[in-house]
Amino acid sequence: MDEFILLALLAGVGVTIVAGPLGSFILWRRMSFFGDTLAHASLLGVALGLLLGATNLTVGVVIVCVGAAAFLVVLQNRTRLGNDALLGILSHGTLAVGLVAISFMDNVRLDLIGFLFGDILSVTMIDLAWIYATVGVTIVVLAKIWRPLLSITIHEDLARAEGIQVTRLNLLFMILIALVVAAAMKVVGILLIAALLIVPASAARHYAKTPEQMTGIAMLIGVFSVVGGLALSLSFDTPAGPSIVVIALVLFLISALMPGFSRLHQ
Amino acid sequence: MLDISKFLIEAQGVNIQADGRMIINHVDMTVSEGEIVTLIGPNGAGKTTLIKAVLGLRSLSAGSVTIRPNIAIGYMPQRLSVDPNLPLTVRRFIGLAGKMAKGKRQSVLDEVGVLPIVDSSIHDISGGEMQRVLLARALLRDPDLLVLDEPAQAVDVNGQAELYQLISTIRAERGCGVLMVSHDLHLVMSATDKVLCLNNHLCCVGHPDAVSKDPNYVELFGPQVASSLALYHHHHDHEHAVDGHVVPSSEGHSHG
Repeated sequence: MDEFILLALLAGVGVTIVAGPLGSFILWRRMSFFGDTLAHASLLGVALGLLLGATNLTVGVVIVCVGAAAFLVVLQNRTRLGNDALLGILSHGTLAVGLVAISFMDNVRLDLIGFLFGDILSVTMIDLAWIYATVGVTIVVLAKIWRPLLSITIHEDLARAEGIQVTRLNLLFMILIALVVAAAMKVVGILLIAALLIVPASAARHYAKTPEQMTGIAMLIGVFSVVGGLALSLSFDTPAGPSIVVIALVLFLISALMPGFSRLHQ
Repeated sequence: MLDISKFLIEAQGVNIQADGRMIINHVDMTVSEGEIVTLIGPNGAGKTTLIKAVLGLRSLSAGSVTIRPNIAIGYMPQRLSVDPNLPLTVRRFIGLAGKMAKGKRQSVLDEVGVLPIVDSSIHDISGGEMQRVLLARALLRDPDLLVLDEPAQAVDVNGQAELYQLISTIRAERGCGVLMVSHDLHLVMSATDKVLCLNNHLCCVGHPDAVSKDPNYVELFGPQVASSLALYHHHHDHEHAVDGHVVPSSEGHSHG
């Protein structure tokens, strides 16, 4: 196997391993649009990262994502507009600001298309190291906060009354999403990151009876989508990132529409 | 009668404002060990807000809430619907309350009557069963104080009486204090030591017998509700006049 295919495979698998559990939490907490908003905001993070002269863009992405989340909370307290409207505004607003900001940086050679649609076949060893550092941190932190995070997901007030540090855990959760967004940027691109989070987890819902089963199955479906998507891309010369999402979508449709499976959905 | 050492909660002069509106206006309240205190009042009276303030889930605009240090509180929120995207059994939901000995867990589940449904999906149980599951989760924290926000909602009339009986039994066996919200005074009367009638401010406070005859209570709930309550009451207490004549009572009753 060519080295670039192996690197692409490892990068994709790494990202989907953490996208499984985080995507499940995003579904349980009804935060799909929030994931999309952070993904779009990450382009602004790229611009910030370049401005700071960072060798890796993760730091800028995390700063901007957490900033966008904080800004959302401020807006929620200042206006009567619904959450969906605010997220729609932030999501596309930050994407536009990011595109404008990047246009100012004509001294930097920048592969904008690569950021928007991903460039998994050009993953380097350094990218891979960042991705697996993210995977390691995310898994350790998630394992530690799993039970309280699940409690918060079910009922925030009840969790708080039971002594759980809700605000701190919510912030931590947001940082984890930002980290995964930064890692997934190279794999599927900013425009499709949310799909990688949500589609495998949604497909997994149809087969799962416990939260852990759902995250495990979501990981498997994610890994399968990466393998299938890359194979599709290499065989038919289709773009790799979108091909991965297409395979995930097909798996979701099978889980939702095949008789005998959807019955499990409650 | 006011033995401060037995107070689990003491709220003094609590004011809560939101959007320029006074939701809770100068409310004093205490809950003591082994005492069942019921908050009643119309929709929008601030019952849930007051409960959340007691639990520290809402900040006060003025006043203070003192909770005895190191007590365990079991909380049953008003509404809990688990997102359908989250696959969860009743057993797992209850387990989220924390780690505990298996035998103890079994006995609590048995006491509340949810043993037969522990392996069901939480999305498949009825409203009444959900309330019992929530009660079980609150009890598994071995609480000194139970805070129950409309425990009998979504429960049919027979089930409601049973549930209040269960709460009464729990208090008797464990000696914990109970603070609960209820719409229907006639159902909680027999199981309540003290009623606080709330309509943003405290309309009246006292023993349920006294509160049901209080003119402020009658005004708040209308004469129909008040008289149906009196009728119910007379079935069980023949000391009062049979014609329904309201006998004023000052015992255990104050007006704020």
